[in-house]
Amino acid sequence: MTEPGGSSSEVRLHIVTGKGGTGKTTVSAALALALAAGGRRVLLCEVEGRQGIASLFDVAPLPYEERRIAVGSEGGEVLALAIDTEAALLEYLDMFYRLGRAGKVLDRFGVIDFATTVAPGVRDVLLTGKVYEATGRVENGSPAYDAVILDAPPTGRIGNFLNVNTEVAGIAKVGPIRKQADSIMRLLRSDSTLVHFVTFLEEMPVQETLDAIEELAGIGLPVGNVIVNSARQSGLPTEQIDAAAARELDAATIEVALKEAGVKSTEAVVAGLMQIGHEHAERMKLETEQLRQLADAGRPIVSLPYLADGVDLGALYDLAEQLSESDLF
Amino acid sequence: MPRKAQTSHSTRQQPRRGTGPRVGPLAARLSDVRQLDTEALISDPSVRIIVCCGSGGVGKTTTSAALALRAAERGRKVVVLTIDPARRLAQSMGLTQLDNHPRPVVGVDDTAGGSLDAMMLDMKRTFDDVVQSHATPAKAEQILSNPFYQALSSSFAGTQEYMAMEKLGQLHAEAVKSGRWDLIVVDTPPSRSALDFLDAPDRLSSFLDGRLIRILLAPARGPAKLLSFGVSMVTNTVSKVLGGQMLRDVQTFVAALDTVFGGFRARADMTYQLLKDDQTAFIVVASPDDDALREAAFFVERLASDGMPLAGLVLNRVATSPAPGISAQAALAAAEQLDTDNALTSALLRLHAERLARVSRERTLRRRFASAHPTVATATVAALASDVHDLDSLREVGELMSA
Repeated sequence: MTEPGGSSSEVRLHIVTGKGGTGKTTVSAALALALAAGGRRVLLCEVEGRQGIASLFDVAPLPYEERRIAVGSEGGEVLALAIDTEAALLEYLDMFYRLGRAGKVLDRFGVIDFATTVAPGVRDVLLTGKVYEATGRVENGSPAYDAVILDAPPTGRIGNFLNVNTEVAGIAKVGPIRKQADSIMRLLRSDSTLVHFVTFLEEMPVQETLDAIEELAGIGLPVGNVIVNSARQSGLPTEQIDAAAARELDAATIEVALKEAGVKSTEAVVAGLMQIGHEHAERMKLETEQLRQLADAGRPIVSLPYLADGVDLGALYDLAEQLSESDLF
Repeated sequence: MPRKAQTSHSTRQQPRRGTGPRVGPLAARLSDVRQLDTEALISDPSVRIIVCCGSGGVGKTTTSAALALRAAERGRKVVVLTIDPARRLAQSMGLTQLDNHPRPVVGVDDTAGGSLDAMMLDMKRTFDDVVQSHATPAKAEQILSNPFYQALSSSFAGTQEYMAMEKLGQLHAEAVKSGRWDLIVVDTPPSRSALDFLDAPDRLSSFLDGRLIRILLAPARGPAKLLSFGVSMVTNTVSKVLGGQMLRDVQTFVAALDTVFGGFRARADMTYQLLKDDQTAFIVVASPDDDALREAAFFVERLASDGMPLAGLVLNRVATSPAPGISAQAALAAAEQLDTDNALTSALLRLHAERLARVSRERTLRRRFASAHPTVATATVAALASDVHDLDSLREVGELMSA
């Protein structure tokens, strides 16, 4: 297994998971931009049909086709792909069985619908199978992509999703689906792959992250880095945190300072600022405690700041910069 | 069409000049957004089912639990079905055993005559129960031991959604029969496919009546004499792609399920009608960020297109500003001036400016949502500084929701 931390240059597939709502797509996109720096070619994939990448980069919905969505410095580029199960199945059939016309017949008989929605595991094999194909694709004698980033399903489903082998083992002991699942599994368990976790410093996402790290390690998948998203900056002077949390800040000091700065210093303003201080201190304490728990998992942690103004393209490049500077990817 | 949906549609059709919701881009004002009255909703005895849906991480489980607790303490006899609660929240509700049956929650104020039961969904057990209640013991045994069924019932990505609705059907039947509950609150799985259950009856019908099933059943039903070119190509391809052994498993599975399917479909139809009924209210849960509101819009539109009774939107973790009267600009300028002399006040002013930026950003997002969906009533829940994991903090959320 690859030791994460600087020397991960042979890692070519980065899988990004995390609890729903913690910013998986944002972090995946920032990572793609970071890895595209220096003239590299990177593919960013999504698999849940949400068109999160398109909305983040403010482009039209992505088709089942690799499209350039951003450029890095020195000619680097990020391509994006929304993997669609049905299209992946038809492509797969065409590639391995040369079933151009037959694909349509299968569709008419409901086979495509059956295979992509009803047959367990097949769906995930198709989705990860496309990622596997892109990661291993060779063009003109060298890899088509320097890195592939997968904006993966949330932590609650990531074990099942990546453990395609076991998922289909019960139903396909032999045959081509099984063979495909085996090849995918070999890539996922190899030094070329890392699974990263995005989390907020809040109780539920941290707990889910810890559970998922344990689960993935248990099935032999390479756990990479933990990316803390939206980490609050400690704005308050450290020695004031406890007082702020206990609502024991000195109102008179604040009042005097406000007057000095020429700000209208009413009782309501002072009380409001103290309330903000209290909420911030509570939040900082919560984050410190959650960070401590995360550290117990023994994985490298990189923190991305909380962005009060939301994430636009510029912010995305800033986040990419911070991921690059961490030297973890 | 259900009563509640009609109410909201008629509002859209006859906006009163000046006071009605404005329709059109950027025309909505937040003050025009109808308030979702959760208090009236949980107090209305004709509302017997509340379904909470929304994307992951928006506080759906918390919303469901808070509504259920508040309703119970207002005198309703409530059962709440949760899908995947956070560990400490689960513990606080006594959800430590996974036995797929509702258990009373300890610590609920029952002076108004209400009660609260809670359960966590066990999807495999729910699926097993369905099979067992529809098939003969021998047939059920055959299905339960089929490897295809085992995979389907424990890992298939859509099973959870179907089973949540199946469980809702069961709880409803029990509520009607025994009178144990007069309100069922349902949390849905955290995925876009959470609404897949709306398609369940159709999908099952088309699957059952579909040619694929007939083809797959053909060998099991006897020698296939008159296979057309298309049919033989399908079986050949399926066999080639899935492997012969898997095809045989699927065939035995489908053959075994054939007898059960009728009942299965009837139930899916019944649950669908139940969801459409006046006694049901859907609540879409979101948090004030791009992603969650986009998903909320998807849910709102999906529910409307199926004529499902939408009560409104609950927006969690909405930022508020406790310090009135200082603009972000003034705060930042003052902070700049104070920087070295008074680190504390300077830091507080910066935090205040940051908070105002967030409030303003969220208002823009909410306005955008309101412009596109002017008839959706909304309740906002102010952000709490800490996690929700006991009954007291659930009460606080319930309080904020109805404020």
